[in-house]
Amino acid sequence: MAESIPADATHGHDVHHHAEQSFWSKYVFSTDHKMIAMQYMFTGMAMALIGGFMAYAFRMQLAFPGIEVPGYGTVTATDYNALVTNHGTIMIFWVAMPVLIAAFGNFLIPLMIGCDDMVFPKINRLSYQIFLLSAIVLISSFFVPGGGFGGGWTAYPPLSAKGEYNLTSLGSSLWLVAVALEFVAFLLGGINFVTTAMNARAPGMKMFDIPIVVWLIVVASILFMASVGPLIAGAVMLFMDQNIGTAFFDPDKGGDPVLWQHLFWFFGHPEVYVVLLPAMGITAEIMCVFARKKMFAYKTFIYTTFGTGVLSFTVWAHHQFVAGIDPRMANIFTVTTLLISIPIAEMCFIYIATLYGGSIRLTTPMLWALAFVAEFLIGGVTGIFLGASGADIYFHDTYFVLAHFHYTFFPIAIIGTFAGFTYWFPKMFGKMMNETLGKIHFWGTIIPFNGIFIPLFVLGGAGQHRRIYNYQHFPDLAGVEMQDLRVFATVSLIIMLAFQLVFFYNCFISWRKKEKDAGKNPWKANTLEWTAESPPPHGNWPELPTVYRGPYEYSVPGREEDYYPQNVPG
Amino acid sequence: MRPIANTRMAAGIPTGRLAVWWVVASEIVIFGGLLASYIMHRIAHPEWGDQAANTNVWLGGFNTFVLLTSSLTAVLSHKAATAGNGPKAARLLYATCLGAVIFVCVKAFEWTTEISHGYTITSSTFWSFYYTAAGLHALHVIAGAIIMLLVAETAKKNLELHRVELIGIYWHFVDIVWIFLFPLLYIAK
Repeated sequence: MAESIPADATHGHDVHHHAEQSFWSKYVFSTDHKMIAMQYMFTGMAMALIGGFMAYAFRMQLAFPGIEVPGYGTVTATDYNALVTNHGTIMIFWVAMPVLIAAFGNFLIPLMIGCDDMVFPKINRLSYQIFLLSAIVLISSFFVPGGGFGGGWTAYPPLSAKGEYNLTSLGSSLWLVAVALEFVAFLLGGINFVTTAMNARAPGMKMFDIPIVVWLIVVASILFMASVGPLIAGAVMLFMDQNIGTAFFDPDKGGDPVLWQHLFWFFGHPEVYVVLLPAMGITAEIMCVFARKKMFAYKTFIYTTFGTGVLSFTVWAHHQFVAGIDPRMANIFTVTTLLISIPIAEMCFIYIATLYGGSIRLTTPMLWALAFVAEFLIGGVTGIFLGASGADIYFHDTYFVLAHFHYTFFPIAIIGTFAGFTYWFPKMFGKMMNETLGKIHFWGTIIPFNGIFIPLFVLGGAGQHRRIYNYQHFPDLAGVEMQDLRVFATVSLIIMLAFQLVFFYNCFISWRKKEKDAGKNPWKANTLEWTAESPPPHGNWPELPTVYRGPYEYSVPGREEDYYPQNVPG
Repeated sequence: MRPIANTRMAAGIPTGRLAVWWVVASEIVIFGGLLASYIMHRIAHPEWGDQAANTNVWLGGFNTFVLLTSSLTAVLSHKAATAGNGPKAARLLYATCLGAVIFVCVKAFEWTTEISHGYTITSSTFWSFYYTAAGLHALHVIAGAIIMLLVAETAKKNLELHRVELIGIYWHFVDIVWIFLFPLLYIAK
């Protein structure tokens, strides 16, 4: 396989003898990119359980107001505010970001471009440590006087700026500190990802031999670095407004609350694409492997990604149509918002064209990948209504918006993660997962997911506003007569959460298997990570590979096997 | 132990330099967001000019001169490092640090005077921006000076001389931020 010696393997010998490591240096203070990936992955999954539990608590309150929620207790109004705020924050910043960007980025980038580690392993470790600290700060905010921040995950001032409005003055400051720390962690990680992918590629690997998922994680990291700055500045400003009494967002002293909305959404909208792109990359990898077909329009897909990235900086004010911005501005942002659906639609067509005529294998990862496209499409199409400023005036802050962004973020953060996790599980642990349990878990997640959010579309269309503690008090907002739909959504949520046990059981029994039954390349895939041992040792390969072709040479005519790994000469 | 990845150069740029440029890129957006917010407010509020008149243009100008001079010594240090003269590069880095110390001292004097005249960070949105933007910049000056001392410590022994260039890139960035801050906060009427 790796007969040819890469140019830089000459000083590989003194690098690659490793002493047995202690528990602490192997699992906790490791600089190995795969171990850091696992740390991010499992921290993210633990946070997903916390975020899911929060959703369970406040959905119970909405379906059965005032009841004693089993496992939580009574949800008071202050609790409710803190739960919905932190559910959103956790699911985006402590689940989608660490799992999709940091965990898959760390695991895949060095393995897929054929090098032994990230270019800055210690900065990589520091990135995870800061991230872990940020998670601890966020969780600790629940245990301070007043409880966790209750001003909504978008933290609009003046509600977020004054303790006497949000009733959680210490919680709101800790929330800001946690978010800012988390951004620092991902800036460090992002610089590592971009530099590694630019500089540390295997000999022979040209720009357009890089697998799609690496491309998309790198573009997402660049989007993150280019968009998060204003919000870091904004977080500093809001923190000082809260604690020192500065006047940035305080209208009494000449400040402007809408400024925060601009700073937040200038980051917040590209952020959608920061987490979307890795999920799309994972989907692309899986579809090519399980359709046994070359990626349709590989270069177009990448150029489309660049287009999406550039456009994503021009759409942010569509979150602010009712915030008192100039209607002429609203027209411009309507046009840019509708424009950005073009590259995303194009990417979906590329998926379909890749599948067309392929010999499709409906394995668990493939099911997740197909579901990603189908469900994300619903999220995308409902976004058209909200991007058009006229319709948005009616839909703004209703459950229609809520259902829309859950139809985008759930496919990204949950479906995308399960797709990637089930696909690369054999590489991560050297063992195959159980397919039957995988499919039970798949259907047990997808069907209840639609059961949760389709009723919420209906409720939103009927005028149900977000962030209300008890709808029985608001008969004008479809409060009383549509209670059945709320109960239906809550029951669906409980079913979906229960089916996650199947996933954890499946992980556990697969991980416990004595025999490493995956081999190097169980899916017969082309990309470089499948030429390493499963799981790859520290340093990944005894001799680093050399690359001879693109990543998607499946079913090449005249070849006996239907795949053609990137590192095979000829 | 340095991974092989760190020694590769597929993009044709040394990894350290590439990374520092990405750091600078992400910093530009942080200051960019802050300054863009300030400029938008400033255009909408011409009366801020009266408040800005209370800043000390002469001291600000002196600090601009100090920072520009420190950039000159940073460049000379890079030149010495390229020539392989580590001790000379280290001495020039110490000179750059001296510039940073003078800058921060002048800043401290300015702020004390302004605060004693009653212009504090909570007085108005202009003063909030003034102290936040200049304070964030001053933090970058202090951080840069500390890193520079560490780089000088190794450069003195003729080790890791490429780091002199990296801290130089960062120092020029800090300098250029001030070139934007000075006219925006002090001069614009």
